[in-house]
Amino acid sequence: MTAATFLQLDFPAGLTAVLACSLCAMLGNFLVLRRQTLVGDAISHAVLPGIVLAFLLSGTRATGPMLLGAMAAGGIAAILIETVRRLGRIEAGASMGVVFTLMFALGVVLLEQGAARGVDLDADCVLYGQLEDVLWLAPAGWSALLDPAALADLPRELLTLAALNLGIGLLIAAFWSPLKLTCFDPALATAMGLPAGVIQYGLVLALALAAVASFEAVGSILVVAMLACPAATARLLTDRYDRQFWLSLGLGAGCGALGYALAGPLPLLLGLGWSLNAAGMIASLSGLMLGLAVLLAPRYGMLARRRGHPA
Amino acid sequence: MSMEVWPLDVWLRVAEILTFRAGHNAAVVLAGATLLGIAAGVVGTFTFLRGRALVSDALGHATLPGVVLAFLLGSALGLTTRNLPLLLAGAALTGSLAVWLVQQVSRHTRLAEDAVIAGVLGGFFGLGVVLLSLVQSLPTGGQAGLGTFILGQTAGMTRGEAWTMAVLAGGAALAALALYKEFRLVCFDPDFARGLGWPVALLDLGMLALAVVVTVAGLQTVGLVLVVAFLVIPPVAARFWSDRLDRMLWLAACFGGASGALGTALSGAVPDLPTGAVIVLVAGVFFLVSLLLAPGRGVLAALARQLGLRLRLTRVTLLAGAVRGRPLPPRGVVGHWLRLRGLLDASGRLTPHGRAVAEPLERNLRRWELALRLDPHAVPDGTRWGVDPAERVLPAGLLARLDAVGDSAEAAR
Repeated sequence: MTAATFLQLDFPAGLTAVLACSLCAMLGNFLVLRRQTLVGDAISHAVLPGIVLAFLLSGTRATGPMLLGAMAAGGIAAILIETVRRLGRIEAGASMGVVFTLMFALGVVLLEQGAARGVDLDADCVLYGQLEDVLWLAPAGWSALLDPAALADLPRELLTLAALNLGIGLLIAAFWSPLKLTCFDPALATAMGLPAGVIQYGLVLALALAAVASFEAVGSILVVAMLACPAATARLLTDRYDRQFWLSLGLGAGCGALGYALAGPLPLLLGLGWSLNAAGMIASLSGLMLGLAVLLAPRYGMLARRRGHPA
Repeated sequence: MSMEVWPLDVWLRVAEILTFRAGHNAAVVLAGATLLGIAAGVVGTFTFLRGRALVSDALGHATLPGVVLAFLLGSALGLTTRNLPLLLAGAALTGSLAVWLVQQVSRHTRLAEDAVIAGVLGGFFGLGVVLLSLVQSLPTGGQAGLGTFILGQTAGMTRGEAWTMAVLAGGAALAALALYKEFRLVCFDPDFARGLGWPVALLDLGMLALAVVVTVAGLQTVGLVLVVAFLVIPPVAARFWSDRLDRMLWLAACFGGASGALGTALSGAVPDLPTGAVIVLVAGVFFLVSLLLAPGRGVLAALARQLGLRLRLTRVTLLAGAVRGRPLPPRGVVGHWLRLRGLLDASGRLTPHGRAVAEPLERNLRRWELALRLDPHAVPDGTRWGVDPAERVLPAGLLARLDAVGDSAEAAR
């Protein structure tokens, strides 16, 4: 493999996978701590009709309309979930189950009807992503990494994800202490006057953005896995929130890189002539990682618990 | 947007399928899908009331690796065509494994159930996708239609496959009804059930096992991604109509069965519609109707209740104000109405008839005002302040105190 082919194929695709993983892992911490991981599942499915409608209306895969559509759909889903829960006086889980599956089904039907008319977007892409389509055509060699003209030509998915990583990372850094408090003691946070509603809807909007930025490249299932697994793994390994955050970020990015390498380049290097689905491989790896932590984590793992203080 | 592009003959075709005139195969598929919907409604009602609604999300997604592994095993054994019982057995195996994992991990670690559900769902489905891409890369066999299990596609379903679905679904529904008494107690009062010495954990497992059977039966029709919707939407829609378990079960079974039948017919009549998504959307229509129109919990009923309360409270304050010698100008709908009824005259003063109506209302309002001053916490929830007759809804102790204070105030005056 030459430098040029690496830079054109594996570098952008692998980096996109890593960035999608790190973005989801960051947000996942707050979901896992607030016991709202399934909100992430719900939002990542519910954004679909928003994306498809934006796509059908604008006729392009441009980032702007899709992000807007996803944010609108995410917001609508959050409001609907709350309405159904209150009116029906049912638990939040069931209310989410109704709303997100309905929105996802609507998105699928819109997609298939659109696809029947020659629209270039399909359900497979939504579920598994199209990492192999993330190409960087500009570079001829390593020098391209320092060449502004070539860098400006980086794939759109990659740039969007990088910008979102930066933006959401900065927001989290700026509001770290209040965010931490709402996770640790929501009642105290509300009593101190922190706006619980603003934080909740902010989180939902961030999730919608992360879901739409990631889904095109890696699919909605990887989003669910990455929201849950790195943060849950880190939660089993440490009690401190800041350590948990960095650990989940590292584990998420690591899963992304390793999973991509195992799925695409490794079989090719071994001369097998085929490759596996990278998004699926990353999700399986993260699940495996969580499974290992559940069994073996030094203090909170099942084996340590059995040995230390029998339940 | 799809409605206007469907011409009349599509609807005729839907009617044809629904009336069993579209051939034997379509008839068996339709019957199977209806039974599947009934089973999903019944089993889903129990899992919903037990608070396990989203466990079925993990369960559904987790069947994918099982299906693909079974397919790989089948091709290793030399079975060329896809062997449905083998695939469904694989699905049941990994689905059950996922349910068991969710239960074990959320019980024995610090992780909450939601994180475990999402982790198991993502991990298992990811594994399934990897295996699926492996199958695609194999020189022989190809995908063999495994992709249709993901979003559901009844087109091309054989008669035998439809029978398998019908038998599995019917069995699950019957088993759930046979365990009606046990499931009811486990849903509503698990501690009492435990006190009676019932194996609650085993019953929980049995309930989820029935959910596994429904999921597996529905793989070809609703598909594994959306099967959770089939298990959740009909019960939640039924919940809007009734609090009673037996009525909920009937309604959920009807909603589920009708969605299964209509969805299958629609997707059979229109090309390029994944059956699962259509079935879920039909169920969604039942849900929306329930959400809007159900008496009691529905949106319209809630709005009507609120409006009625506001009108009655305005009437009471207007009439009581007139009794107290502070006649408010009778503006607004309520004022005009009171004048029309002959309770108030044009200047907003009470007519003799109006006084007879207003004085008891004013006495009642005075009691409510006093109750709020004396002991607001003793006012029961759900009573309508100033509107409900105080002597009927307030507790006896509070009423006695109200009367004592009221008498002394009267004497002082």
